[in-house]
Amino acid sequence: MKKLAMIALVALCAISFVFANGASESTQNVSTDGSTSMESVIGSLAEAYMAENPNVTVTYNPTGSGSGITAVSEGRCDIGLASRALTDDEKASGLTETVLALDGIAIIVNNSNPVNDLTLEQIAALYTGEVTNWSEVGGADAPVVLIGREAGSGTRDGFESITGTEDLCQYRQELTSTGDVITTVSTNPNAIGYASLSAVSDSVKTVTVNGVAPSEETVLSGEYLVQRPFVMATRSAEPLSEAAQSFFDYALSSEAAPIIAGAGAVPLN
Amino acid sequence: MNIKKTKEDVIHFIFLILGLIAVGSVLVITVYLVISGLPAIREIGLVDFLFGTRWASTAAEPEYGILPFILTSIYGTAGAIIIGVPIGFFAAVYLAKMAPKKVCAFMQLCIGVLAGIPSVVYGLVGMLILVPGIMAIFDVPDGASLLAAIIVLAVMILPSVINVSLTNLQAVPREYEEASLALGATTTETYFRVTVPAAKSGIFTAIVLGIGRAIGEAMAVMMVAGNVANMPSLFQSVRFLTTAVASEMSYSSGLQRQALFSIALVLFFFIMLINATLLVIKKRSQTV
Repeated sequence: MKKLAMIALVALCAISFVFANGASESTQNVSTDGSTSMESVIGSLAEAYMAENPNVTVTYNPTGSGSGITAVSEGRCDIGLASRALTDDEKASGLTETVLALDGIAIIVNNSNPVNDLTLEQIAALYTGEVTNWSEVGGADAPVVLIGREAGSGTRDGFESITGTEDLCQYRQELTSTGDVITTVSTNPNAIGYASLSAVSDSVKTVTVNGVAPSEETVLSGEYLVQRPFVMATRSAEPLSEAAQSFFDYALSSEAAPIIAGAGAVPLN
Repeated sequence: MNIKKTKEDVIHFIFLILGLIAVGSVLVITVYLVISGLPAIREIGLVDFLFGTRWASTAAEPEYGILPFILTSIYGTAGAIIIGVPIGFFAAVYLAKMAPKKVCAFMQLCIGVLAGIPSVVYGLVGMLILVPGIMAIFDVPDGASLLAAIIVLAVMILPSVINVSLTNLQAVPREYEEASLALGATTTETYFRVTVPAAKSGIFTAIVLGIGRAIGEAMAVMMVAGNVANMPSLFQSVRFLTTAVASEMSYSSGLQRQALFSIALVLFFFIMLINATLLVIKKRSQTV
């Protein structure tokens, strides 16, 4: 009896497997690949789009800006996602960039840190190790603990190029995700870190840069300086598939703007 | 009769194929690692790669020296062994010889759970409790350090050290101990002079397995060690061989990616060395 039940169960699994496969054949697939910083934006766009178009599946592979660009140029995905502008080399290799949104990079400190404002120069001085004590920038007499991201991260690349600190940062910790950076800053009173504005929560304090607090308005107007574009990269030579083009247009439509804003980035349209 | 024999042959063949899957996987991984790991070593130069002290893979003028990673992995593993093995070893002696049955069953249950905890959980707990703890206790600016990694690794190797030591201690024939007791030795004397030496090779195996586990761990270490390519020092942020590969792999390209494969090759070499040691220990214990 037990054996029979087991066989029935296995058969059921097999049937559902075949059935699931059969069902997926009729749906179309849009694959995106790239920046981990764009996860919440692409995730909510995909969710909203799929709710309206149930026969399309939008997939997102969080590999990082560099990998996403490589993937799209090699034809392994429909849309490459990069949280930085494409380089001239990348454009010359046959890719087109379309800016989807702007993202502010928030400079975060521990909630107990009295520092509220830093200039771009001060941030650079902190990260290059010129300033090693919080008292030099108006804080308590305590050592500065620099938290950053790993080499190759879009956020790190964006932060370092904006502050002009490429290859100069004296990191105390190089963490591999935005969440880890926020957690670490929230547990160390002397830490300073940077993270995508969309990911920052109440557990850490966001400082103003040159007196400007990061927000949708200040990022869009360009007043808030530490910002970067979210880019969709596509192959110039060949048109997108019907489904991919439809998703691409949807992402840039005014309809999608509140969804992008809801995910913490600043839509352009 | 003949049909029966063919049936047997077919079954043997199928089992052979299944067995070859494991062998094939090892071969594929080895060949792949060697092929993808050698180009970067050739380009950078073996000496510069292994003994270079600076790693700056995305700098304008990249440098690929992995000596900090190698030393960190060695120091970190050694530290974990120094802390973890005595704890695990004495725990095993206690469980094997002294513990009341109920205590023993409960402790073994706990050790089983400890072995099953995913490494990301070790990392998370380390990040939220151990790292701030080290910061407060030792009054250092930041707690993410080699010490934090050593403590996490020491806890992580406990289950394998305890379980393997325990099995080997329990396998020591009862007559050895009885003979010792009959000659007037106390029970503690008997355990440490008779039982433990008799289980020596098994305990060595436990240590080597612990080393293997510690040197190969990436996730938990990545969350508590800080991951900056410094030369190892107890309270400095450090990067292990494993975390060097894992932290940069997702965004890497070109020579950087090839160099990461070369690091993996070096790590693979270390693990091969550990396996070889294990084989030698086993062979020796068989001949004695």
